[in-house]
Amino acid sequence: MCLAIPALIKSIDGQQAEVDIEGITRDASLQLTPDAKVGDYVLLHTGYAIGVIDPAEAEETLKLLKELSEAS
Amino acid sequence: MKFVEEYRDPELGKKLLDMIHERSRKPARLMEFCGGHTVAIFKHGLRQLLPDNIEMLSGPGCPVCVTASDDLDRAIALGHLPDVIITSFGDMVRVPGSRSSLQEARSEGADVRIVYSAQDALAIARDNPEKSVIFIGIGFETTAPTIAASILQAEQEKISNYYVLSLHKVCPPIMKAILDLGEVNLGGIICPGHVSAIIGSHPYQFIADDYKIACAVSGFEPLDILLAVDRLIRQIESGQPTVEIAYRRGVKPEGNVPAIRLMETVFEIGEANWRGIGVVPSSGLQVKSQYEKYDAAKNFKIDPGPTHEPEGCICGSILRGVSTPKDCGLFGGTCTPEHPVGPCMVSSEGSCAAYYHYGDNHG
Ligand code: SF4
Repeated sequence: MCLAIPALIKSIDGQQAEVDIEGITRDASLQLTPDAKVGDYVLLHTGYAIGVIDPAEAEETLKLLKELSEAS
Repeated sequence: MKFVEEYRDPELGKKLLDMIHERSRKPARLMEFCGGHTVAIFKHGLRQLLPDNIEMLSGPGCPVCVTASDDLDRAIALGHLPDVIITSFGDMVRVPGSRSSLQEARSEGADVRIVYSAQDALAIARDNPEKSVIFIGIGFETTAPTIAASILQAEQEKISNYYVLSLHKVCPPIMKAILDLGEVNLGGIICPGHVSAIIGSHPYQFIADDYKIACAVSGFEPLDILLAVDRLIRQIESGQPTVEIAYRRGVKPEGNVPAIRLMETVFEIGEANWRGIGVVPSSGLQVKSQYEKYDAAKNFKIDPGPTHEPEGCICGSILRGVSTPKDCGLFGGTCTPEHPVGPCMVSSEGSCAAYYHYGDNHG
């Protein structure tokens, strides 16, 4: 039930945004992520963005995963 | 899909598993708290792929499953009131209560509508001003802020026929309750990813400090989960439990502060009734008195009648990590996803449904 999927913000109108999920456009409320900007990826849960995905951290995690796998 | 595909690389996954096999020496029992993790672990067959000394256990992190029968009976009783529309997330309507389910109540004439979002429930209220629209608010900290937002939006738009039956629950206190029961001896906990997107990682610190149990917050892709398992194993092998975030793209240590504020504006901490565990103090969210005009518990008089648990169902002890679905005599025979006896078979992320769909050889 706590499923949340990455969605790309295409446009913002007040507290509502249009987001793209693999080519499908959906409405998302930004009430919980007031700082989200167009071009950000958010975690979309039941029509609400519950957090902004941090691309730098995503990169870091991938780097760590590769390092760990090479160390084995 | 960006931020998903990269974390599914099977080659990388295989290498990580090799590394985990090399590193892991001590026997350890790990609990994945969240039902979403249970599904991911089963779907990718991770239980089988981990070393034999690692035992994986499912926890109580399935909001539909932990909703107590008498709370469900209250929801159904509300549905039978005149001029009421019940709005609910999908799985919830199929869970058998003491006498019927919301779905059966609908076939008896109750107006029960499935919604994807609290926003949809609010839209139904907007479109039906002559009816009372009650949202059955289940879910953890991931979902509760969205329901809080819907109440604030109702206030802003002066929608006066929108109500929430708040059955929301919070995770750290139930983790404590399970550890205090002392029934499961855990070495590590895979902490819920999207609950933590809201509350952050600090609320789990007591688990490492007081119970000496390793903690890692995990995402939901296979590599996320393997990374979390790796973090736990390192903590266990070194004998130094702490709280790590293995899902940094989605979770900050402090969580989502605006969402926490919003949740605290509308809700206050109170007791909650958990299936299989009972009433646990400070583990639920109730609508604050200044928003009580939106509180279904305060605005409607109902008599839900006596509560009965589904006979033969051991969902409660499965949720505590004490039993597995294979211990249930009804599993796969009388109880199937098409004809569920208990909530752990109804919810797509319930343990019984996961065992059923992905085969018991993964157990
Ligand atoms: S298999 Fe069905 S009856 Fe048995 S514990 Fe699971 S939900 Fe309950």
